[in-house]
Amino acid sequence: MMEALIKDIGFIIGTTLMYSTPLIFTSLGGVITERSGVVNIGLEGMMCFGAFAGAAGAYFSQDPWIGFACAAIAGGLLALLHAIACVSFAAEQIVSGIAINFMGTGAALFISRMLFDGATQTLTIPNKMPLPLNFLFGEGKMFASSGFMDLVFNRFATVYIAFLMVFLIWFILYKTKIGMRVRAVGENPEAANTLGISVVKIRYGAVIMSGVFAGLGGAAMSIAVVSRFSNTLISGHGFIALAAMIFGKWKPQGALVACLLFGGAKGVEIFLGAKGVPVPGDILAILPYVLTIVVLVGVVGKTTPPGAIGKIFDKGESA
Amino acid sequence: MDALALSRHPLWGWGYSDPTTLFGGVKCLETIDFFHKAVEMTDMVKKFGDFTANDKINLIVHKGEVHALLGENGAGKTTLMNVLYGLYKPTSGSVKINGNLLNIKDPNVAIKNGIGMVHQHFMLVEPFTVTQNIILGNETTKSMGIIDLKKAEKQVAELSKRYGLTVDPNALVQDLSVGSQQRVEILKALYRGAQILILDEPTAVLTPQEIQELAQIIQNLTREGKSIIIITHKLKEIKQMADFCTIIRRGKHIDTVEVAKVTEEDLASKMVGRDVIFKVAKEKQLRGDKALEIKNLVVQDARGLPVVNNLSLELHKGEILGIAGIDGNGQKELIEAVTGLRKVKSGTVSVQGKNITNLSPGKIINKHKISHIPEDRQKRGLIFEFDIAENLILETYFKPAFSKWFTLIKERIYSNAKDLIHKFDIRPEESEIPAKALSGGNQQKMIIAREVSNEPEILIAAQPTRGLDVGAIEYVHEALINQRNQGKAVLLVSFELDEVINVSDRIAVIFEGKIVGIVDAQDADEKQIGLMMAGGTE
Repeated sequence: MMEALIKDIGFIIGTTLMYSTPLIFTSLGGVITERSGVVNIGLEGMMCFGAFAGAAGAYFSQDPWIGFACAAIAGGLLALLHAIACVSFAAEQIVSGIAINFMGTGAALFISRMLFDGATQTLTIPNKMPLPLNFLFGEGKMFASSGFMDLVFNRFATVYIAFLMVFLIWFILYKTKIGMRVRAVGENPEAANTLGISVVKIRYGAVIMSGVFAGLGGAAMSIAVVSRFSNTLISGHGFIALAAMIFGKWKPQGALVACLLFGGAKGVEIFLGAKGVPVPGDILAILPYVLTIVVLVGVVGKTTPPGAIGKIFDKGESA
Repeated sequence: MDALALSRHPLWGWGYSDPTTLFGGVKCLETIDFFHKAVEMTDMVKKFGDFTANDKINLIVHKGEVHALLGENGAGKTTLMNVLYGLYKPTSGSVKINGNLLNIKDPNVAIKNGIGMVHQHFMLVEPFTVTQNIILGNETTKSMGIIDLKKAEKQVAELSKRYGLTVDPNALVQDLSVGSQQRVEILKALYRGAQILILDEPTAVLTPQEIQELAQIIQNLTREGKSIIIITHKLKEIKQMADFCTIIRRGKHIDTVEVAKVTEEDLASKMVGRDVIFKVAKEKQLRGDKALEIKNLVVQDARGLPVVNNLSLELHKGEILGIAGIDGNGQKELIEAVTGLRKVKSGTVSVQGKNITNLSPGKIINKHKISHIPEDRQKRGLIFEFDIAENLILETYFKPAFSKWFTLIKERIYSNAKDLIHKFDIRPEESEIPAKALSGGNQQKMIIAREVSNEPEILIAAQPTRGLDVGAIEYVHEALINQRNQGKAVLLVSFELDEVINVSDRIAVIFEGKIVGIVDAQDADEKQIGLMMAGGTE
């Protein structure tokens, strides 16, 4: 009995980690762009496009890492469009973000139909993301297979990378020159400008990086959690990541906690589903979304976003 | 008090306008190296579309000189300095720094050539610390771009000690007073090795004491051979701080004068282009009955702290009661409480014996006849996108004069606008242009027209002349005195002590949400009021 309970807990933690990972990548992307003062609700579209590019890249190259890189590039390219619209042409950031969402999901399906004989999903990739700690688990190894340790810690490489990235982005934002400049631009671009910091360059960099991270988030879904891209794969995860970023008060560590919370809802949903609890699966599937609304309504009112968020920076007559 | 102690007194020099009595009798001119032109701007032209903001302006500033740029709002002073700092690209003209012809294409070039600028609206990142703000863009780093905060803090502390700019390097900028924030801005420029320092309206937000400190800082800087350019429209401070003054009117260079050789009146008429009356004419008048009574008022701010703290005050008919005080001592909340914009925690506000505490603004305006000229005319005074006629009926649109059933009567609204535009001299004389297209002075005239035409018994004016030029200030003061002469009660809140003393009949000094003293304007002593504003006792 006790052993089964521990195993159940291990299962929930394990699935939580797995499902949190795509959200962590994407909400880190959100943190980077919004800290520079540019709202990016196009994360969903970038994530979707990245998920497709990741799966397609991994399918054709037969190497998940190449897929992972493709996802980063795809997300970054889409974000470049957002940067051009919002930074260079001072477009309304929400409108551009909505357009990017349509474009990302649309382009993913369109290219998928072209490459995979009219199918809205890619074929199954031959090699998923590796499990870097797999050698520790199994018969005669350090830990037994399917034990608590295996369930929790024997995870895809993307999971570990995501956690490393949280630390890295935190370090860059708060301890380095470039991070300080990003935050300054997000709080008061006029001030940064008078000190000779290029608001345009910083914002371009930040927006593109947000796309790269959203792309990685998508790939963490399509080449690790599952092994192909399909048109319903992302369905709202980009928005949940956005909510996680806000809930996490625009901080990498805060976003991490929020993503784990949302991932946890998914973990519980899967666990209950697997246990055959007499609740319809559809109801269970709502859990993460309900949680998003509850969290946003209940908590977000008290957070302070970056000072210049969403505001267009007009350098005016500047030389 | 001995001479040394006196010279260290923060109020030293306050109220003096003869520069020879300032700085212990040392004339500033002594620090100037007339053989070294730090800045030489020749025939500067800057156009924005069809509008010429700078029309062939010349400016020479020597090493060690304090040079004032004087002009009304919109005269082109700040534009000229933004060109010098590389924020605007000049249409034509040349800039020499220390004798070298330069193309200052962005602030980086300006910074590299020793030019620093303190903007009127501070360019600070509020959630950052003092040190972070100072090093931003020019960071002290270890390897790999990692910031060396310890070292930077030490540098900042040394710099602040050297120039007497006291500020805590670890404090968050958002927690600092305005005066301290200004010191951070000056440190920012000095940290970048500024030799030429531009100060845009540096005294607009300072208390009298802080202005004295600034004068001292400026003196320290010129002693080190730095040149200072002060943009201002305050004549008193030019007399106090500057050696030379260049006057700009409507983008044109009018004159450059040695400050010691001209009077404030000379400067003012050069600035405006006509003679200006400084002291508002005001006949004596007997104080009438009690119009507004505030008793033990407590008002909280957003954080739940009592910013108006057990305040009591009486306002009578036929008087202007001025409230003197430093920004942030509860003035804003007091006014909001009286006008119904903010909930009163405890205490009462009554108008002619009737309790109006916590009534809705609509009732207070129309039933109890209190009109309000708000502090922030752009946010609260006007609807920017609405035209003049619409802005003029914001309080009365529902009255039979302007509406019938559910519809507005357009003709009456526009004929009303026509009358008021004429009567209150609002320019341009067109009722259909949006409020945002008007100059600050005309926006204020529009608000005054609306509030006064609603025939209030009590008029509350919060910072009514903020950001206005001399001509518009004159107008506003006359309007307030007019109301008083008609037997109405006027409550004037201003951070400009001169204004309060000049216009009011009685002066109440507010400090930390309490009235700490009431004096008759005739016997008002600036020094004494200044001390009370800072919470000091005599």
